[in-house]
Order: sequence, then C-alpha cells, then structure tokens
Amino acid sequence: MVGKDDSFKTDLKRARGSGSAHHGLGMWMAERMTAVALIPLGLWAVYSVLQLAVIGYDGAVDWLQSPVNIVLMLLTLAISFYHMHLGMRVIIEDYIEHKPSRLLWIGLSAAASLLGAALALISILKVALGGAPD
Amino acid sequence: MVQLTLPKNSKIGKGRHWRAVDGANKKDVRTFRVYRYDPETGDNPRWDTFEVDTSKHGPMVLDALFHIKNEIDPTLAFRRSCREGICGSCSMNIGGRNALACTKGWDDFGSTITVSPLPHQPVIKDLVPDLTMFFAQYKAIEPWLHTETPAPETEWRQTPKDRDKLNGLYECILCACCSTSCPSYWWNGEAFYGPATLLHAYRWLIDSRDEATGERLDALEDPFKLYRCHTIMNCAQVCPKGLNPAKAISEVKKMLVERAI
Repeated sequence: MVGKDDSFKTDLKRARGSGSAHHGLGMWMAERMTAVALIPLGLWAVYSVLQLAVIGYDGAVDWLQSPVNIVLMLLTLAISFYHMHLGMRVIIEDYIEHKPSRLLWIGLSAAASLLGAALALISILKVALGGAPD
Repeated sequence: MVQLTLPKNSKIGKGRHWRAVDGANKKDVRTFRVYRYDPETGDNPRWDTFEVDTSKHGPMVLDALFHIKNEIDPTLAFRRSCREGICGSCSMNIGGRNALACTKGWDDFGSTITVSPLPHQPVIKDLVPDLTMFFAQYKAIEPWLHTETPAPETEWRQTPKDRDKLNGLYECILCACCSTSCPSYWWNGEAFYGPATLLHAYRWLIDSRDEATGERLDALEDPFKLYRCHTIMNCAQVCPKGLNPAKAISEVKKMLVERAI
C-alpha cells in the first residue's frame, strides 16, 4: 500500500517499521518513580513555603542552611525538572509526527529543563553554602 | 504537527434528507444521520438523514441499516456478516461511541442516532473503513504458537489454571472498536500497535505453551509500539465483548519490569 511517505511498501513492512528500539521501559519507570517521589517532596515543599512566609528574609536564609532542608530542596527541584522533561517528551512524541521537528522540540525541551534545573540548584547552593548577599 | 482539523476534502457537508413514509406512526420514527462518502464522485463526505419507521425492522442498529439499504437507499455501503457479535465486521461509530451495529439496540438512543465509520481510519466508502494497517499490525506480532520443542504426538498440554489466563483475551474478535477509539492510536497509528494488537500480544505472552516469551517482549519494548499507551481507557470502555485491553497492556509492561529486576 502507498502510505503518507508516498512509497509503496507491503502492509507488514509498514507495520513492522524498523523493529523495536529495545528501550522505553527505563523512561516509563522513571516517569512513575519521579511521580511517586514528588508526592512527599511536594507536600514537604508546600508546608515549607507556608512556614517561610512568616519567618522573614533572614529566617528563610537560615532555614535554607540546614542540611536536611538543603538536601530536600535540591531533590525536590532536581526531580521536578527531570519529571517535567519526561512529561514534555511524552507530549512532544504524541503530537509531533515529523521526526526532525520531534527531535528538535525534544532537544529544546531537554535544554530548557536542564537550564532551569542548573539555575535553580546553583541558586539554592549559593544561598545554602555562602549565605545571602546583603 | 498532529492534524487537529479535518483536511479540506474530509469536511462533511449536508446530504439528502429522506422523510418517513406516509402512514408511519410518529412514535416509531427515528432519525438516522449517516456518514456518506463515495470515492467515485470525488465529492466531500456528507451527512444523509433518514427518517426510519422502526416498527418495520428488528431491534438493532444493523437492522435499521439493512432497512435503509433495502427500502430507502440501496447505495449505502457497510460491512456485516454474522449479525450476532462474533465476526466483528459491523463495527462503526454509533451515537459517538464505537460499537458493533449488530449488538447495539437503536432504542439505547434518543430520537436521532448518528452513525459514522470507525474514527481516524481512511474511509473506503460510507461506513466501510480501511483497516489494512490494523490487520498488518496484528500480523506483525505473529499471533500463533511459537515453539522449538518438537510438537508432541497429541496436544500441547496445559493446566486448567494456565488455560484460565487466556480468558478475557481470546474472546477478542478484532473488530477494531478499541484501537480506533484510542487517541494515541489516532496520533501515532502506524508506530503504536494499538490496544487490540497489544491485547493479542499479551495473549501469546501469557500462554504457558509458547516458548518465545523473551523474543516477544523484546519486540514490544519500544517507546512507540507499546509505550504510547497512556492508560486512557477508551479501549475498555467501548469493547463490545467487555474485554479490557488497557489491563492487558499494563500486564505486558509489568512483565517487562519483572524481567528487568
């Protein structure tokens, strides 16, 4: 049959495509594991933000210098950005059929997530380890 | 980008209106809006409206379609064979939901019933979709028993418990109601196998007699062939046999996890 690519291929050849990519399980697991991890981390983040709202600027800086808070904050942000990247990738794969565009958008989305994650993590570390600028 | 609007030649226009015959009891008359497309005219598809005296035919939508074809418009094209829900030929979209016309009663609907071909497949004529890809995908999973052990003199033996695992899977009649109701299948219909094919893939994976479980899993582990399923569940909602392809797909994913840990 002649398909969208304007080439004549048998039905079976079209259905088989290039075969299996032999991956997908890892990403599928990562989507679910990051989602589960974000439940407690998300609740903790909301609780913390509510607390931070009343302790003022210096209080917030002190709060961010506690080792437990630094670790949890870094984890929350790193996992959130990773989860965001995975989610965006699924949406792009679902809706963009043209392969070069698909690759471009996945690349751009990954770059945006990575940049966002790097900025967020470095900012946290800067305050956590160096203190806030006056 | 994915196509979110219909291409120009698929825009559906208004078609003919066939009034109920004189003398029909008003209470018995139902209106069928039927999708019509004739490839030979080159015209865009259209909605034809048939006012049908339902006292003149049986209880199912298929009976109404037969009545329309025999008594009103013989050019109407649709597939049918067994008229009892086992061949899967008369699958179509009825009242916005995929179903078999032979097992769907017209009295399940209000005064107007919309009938169109299975969604998102090329249309050959009227209610007849082109299911070439659908069946090719089914063929691609090699839906037969794979063994290397020489065949026994009698049958391949199976415990009743192992046989039970095929229940809820073997009943699939490949009517394509599920696959063509799946948004993932709409967007990636060539790359994603779709619920029906994956349900059959699981049917062979779980068969205690099949010796190619590993190869079958290898062939499925793919971000598109299998993992486009986002558990939307339309498949389970529309299956005229009451099966649950989404659950079968989850079981395949579970087998892949179990193999890796």
